[in-house]
This record gives sequence, C-alpha cells and structure tokens, in this order.
Amino acid sequence: MRAFTYERAKDAVEAARIVAGRPDAKFIAGGTNLLDLMKLEIETPTHLVDVQDLGFDKIEKTRDGGLRIGALVTNTDLAADERVRRDYGVLTRAIVAGASGQLRNKASTAGNLLQRTRCPYFYDTNMACNKRKPGSGCAAIGGYSRQLGVIGVSNACIATFPGDMAVAMRVLDAAIETVDGGGQKRSIPIAEFHRLWGDRPEIDTVLKPGELITAVTLPRPIGGRHFYEKVRDRASYAYALVSVAAVIQRDGTGRVAFGGVAPRPWRVEAADALLPQGAAAVTARAFQGATPTRDNAFKLPLATRALASVIAQAKA
Amino acid sequence: MADRPELEITRRGVLASGAMGAAIAVAPGAAVAQNAPEPQAPPTMPVRFKVNGRPQQLTLDTRTTLLDALREHLHLTGTKKGCDHGQCGACTVLVGGKRINSCLTLAVMHEGDEIVTIEGLGTPDKLHPMQAAFVKHDGYQCGYCTPGQICSAVAVLDEIRRGVPSHVQADLTKRPAASNMEMRERMSGNICRCGAYSNIADAMADVAGVKA
Repeated sequence: MRAFTYERAKDAVEAARIVAGRPDAKFIAGGTNLLDLMKLEIETPTHLVDVQDLGFDKIEKTRDGGLRIGALVTNTDLAADERVRRDYGVLTRAIVAGASGQLRNKASTAGNLLQRTRCPYFYDTNMACNKRKPGSGCAAIGGYSRQLGVIGVSNACIATFPGDMAVAMRVLDAAIETVDGGGQKRSIPIAEFHRLWGDRPEIDTVLKPGELITAVTLPRPIGGRHFYEKVRDRASYAYALVSVAAVIQRDGTGRVAFGGVAPRPWRVEAADALLPQGAAAVTARAFQGATPTRDNAFKLPLATRALASVIAQAKA
Repeated sequence: MADRPELEITRRGVLASGAMGAAIAVAPGAAVAQNAPEPQAPPTMPVRFKVNGRPQQLTLDTRTTLLDALREHLHLTGTKKGCDHGQCGACTVLVGGKRINSCLTLAVMHEGDEIVTIEGLGTPDKLHPMQAAFVKHDGYQCGYCTPGQICSAVAVLDEIRRGVPSHVQADLTKRPAASNMEMRERMSGNICRCGAYSNIADAMADVAGVKA
C-alpha cells in the first residue's frame, strides 16, 4: 500500500472541497472495497478524507411517502430496517444476497454504489486493463470472460458492475443525492448514475471529482411481490453470474432489472412492459443488441431462466 | 532428503533466505537514494481505542490495518491474518458489538471504538460458551481460522436475536430462527480449509439451544 495522509471530515461541503481540489485524494467510508484495492495498489490515493462523522447514518421518511437512506447507513442496517423489509423487500433481498455478514456490517450505502468491478484483469496488475490503466488495452477481450458483461460493454472494456444492492435500487427508481465542494446539491436518477464504458472505462459514474453522495432516496412504495434471484457459482458469498431484481404486481405487470451482465444495473423499461408475456419476451427485448463472448453467452439463457423462476414464484 | 543436506529446507532457513533476498533487493535502491531528495517518512497518526476493555493509545503509520495494530502493535495474536482481503474471515473481530473484517479497515478509523478480540471473549480458565462449544464439538482441525469463526459465531447468534435478516429467510417480516440453514448462510464469510463446518454449526446450535 502506498503511504497517505488521513483526516476525518467534520463537514460535507468541506470534505467535497478538499477532494475536489486534490486529484490524489479520496473519500473513505466503510473502506471494504477501497482498502482492498489500495493493498493491491490498484487505487493509490495519497490523502484519505474519512466521512464517517458526517451524520449521514439515518433512514428517514420523505415528504412524499418514500425513504431517504443516509449515505453511511451500513448494508446490514439498511437490509434490517423494518420499513425496507416491509415495503421494499427487493432491496433487503438484494443486500443479503451480497458479500458476507462481516462486510455488510461495514460497507456503506454510498460505497456499495461506488464499488469497482471485479473483473479479474482489473485486479491483476500484470494485465492490460483500460479501466485500471487507461490506454493499456483490455486483456479480458479474448481472455477469460465467463464472469464479464454481455451488454452495454465496449471495445475498450467488458467489465460489469458487480453489486446487488444497486440492481434492486434500479427497480425501485432510486435517486442519488450529492453535494459538491461549492455546496451545490443535486439528485441523480440511478438509471443515469453508472456510466456505460464507451472509450472511457476508467470513469465508473457521472459523479464529478469531489462530489459526495449524501443519501439515496426511494420513491413511495409500489406494492407488489418483491424478488431477488441471484445465480452464482456457490450458494453464498459469491458475485452474481446473473441476478434478477423484480417487483411483480398481482395482474402480472411489473419491473425487472438484471445484475452481473452490464456496466450498470440493466433495466430496459420497454422490456418491463412485456412481463405479462413471460420471461423470454422480456429478456429478448432487454438483451437486444447483446454482444456476449463465447465464455459468457450462457448468461443470456440463464437470465431468461432466472426470470422465469421469479415469474413462477410470483404466480404461486 | 537426509543424504542431501543442501536440499533440506527448514522454516527458519526459508525465513532467513527470504530476509537476505529482501536485503539484496533493497541495496541498489538505497544507493540511488543517496543522490535523490531525502525520502519522506510515511505519515503517522495517534489513535485511541479500547481493546477487550483496556484503553490503548498508539501512534501508527496511517496504512496500519486494525488487524496489524492488534497483532503487531498490541501483540494480540489470537486474531489471524488469512487472505488479508476480506475473503476468508480469519481476522474477524467485534467492533461496537458488530463483527467486521479487521483486515479491511484502518486502525486510525477506529478512534474511540470498543473492540473485542478472541482474547477478550474468554480465557483458558473461563471459556466463553462459544469457545467451550467449539472444544466440545471439535469445531476445528488446524485451528487457524478458529478465532475468527468463534468471533463470527458469537455475532451471528446476536444478529439472529436482533432480527437481522438473511438470504435464506423465507419471510422478511418475521424474525429469523437459529436454524442450521441460517447459521450456515450467516457464517459464509468464514472459510475453514480443514472443513470443520458441520461441527462449527453443531457448536453454534448448542450455544443457541437448538437442534443442529
């Protein structure tokens, strides 16, 4: 790990100002992803601004009947919140399908959204990776790509966003609230938060340098039955090969997003509308234009089957 | 091996040659450094926290993980370093009563925190019920992952009591039960290379007062 200085921020705008002014500075909250990457020298900040004292650790009701989740709420506390379990079950289901109990106790809501890809070539510093070292190439293309993306990827990068929580948030139409170093606040719909890689795979999200996530808001509950079906190589504590987050109403309509397949939680609203026609209709539309590799082409039929399983459970 | 002493590798021999290799590797760099500007000492910071009820004050390189602070600075070597990347759970300790991977957190992030390690759960004369249950049910072979397993197991039963949901829970609005399936799922962040899992689950069931 490279040496760094460390400070504990007392004010959100001040924290944002410090990080915006130093390209070598980073925020740290739970640290479970950042420290892992710093040990491997994939991330090499020389200054860390710890945001744990900023008070963004509460879950509150919003005026329109939704929830505002503080950026520092741990994954465990979010999954365990009584309102989330009752009204946003897909979110609890997605969170508890991810990581381990120890990690969920430390990992924050904002950090979970910002976690970096688990592409093995991103992690292996001997390999070419445009995301880790812009312009170095992509060893994953033509390499071992079983876990990697099938849609929304580019000629520069075929990595996926690896998280579960954000896939549920995509189905719930969450928004990400931020503040910048000038005190300017904005709310970013989760649909626009994670970038498609294009020719700049080193940039994961639309956040500006130093822009700090303060909360994630959920609109009022939409009812329906909530599902998170995660298919992985072992029964627990593994990243998704394919996951399906879905909220399905009594009449068979609903919403669906897929994880483990793209640079962002993958939801196509026009495909949602096909839910009453069955899983194959939905995935045919959602994965239109997919560019799988020979290694990961299995993810397409797997997504259909995982969704078929969810629809069957919803009908039961 | 006996007739070829030059090939007889001992643990001490490997450590010594490793240290020698490091010295050789460093030497050229040191020579170059004489002409370069004086390298800056890595930043250090003071931190205070309680470990097993005792106040501790340390001044640490900011890079020091909580795990290394416990093991290398406070000499509490019960907590183990396995993968050092949050994948194996050998470093599990309780911070503010919650289990975390001590390898994936910086010591300086824990100002004012209360930390409990395996040494704080029980002593050889007065074992914690979970420690006693691991002994009774043979919940280990080599023992390396055991301190992390026991810290995690203690926290798992507390999480079930507090109603923290899990992946295997059928109804999220109900309280979880201390079933075998629940304990297996909740312990998935603790890897045991010897494969003592079923005995660990038995030990946990014993402490929870349920059938394994």
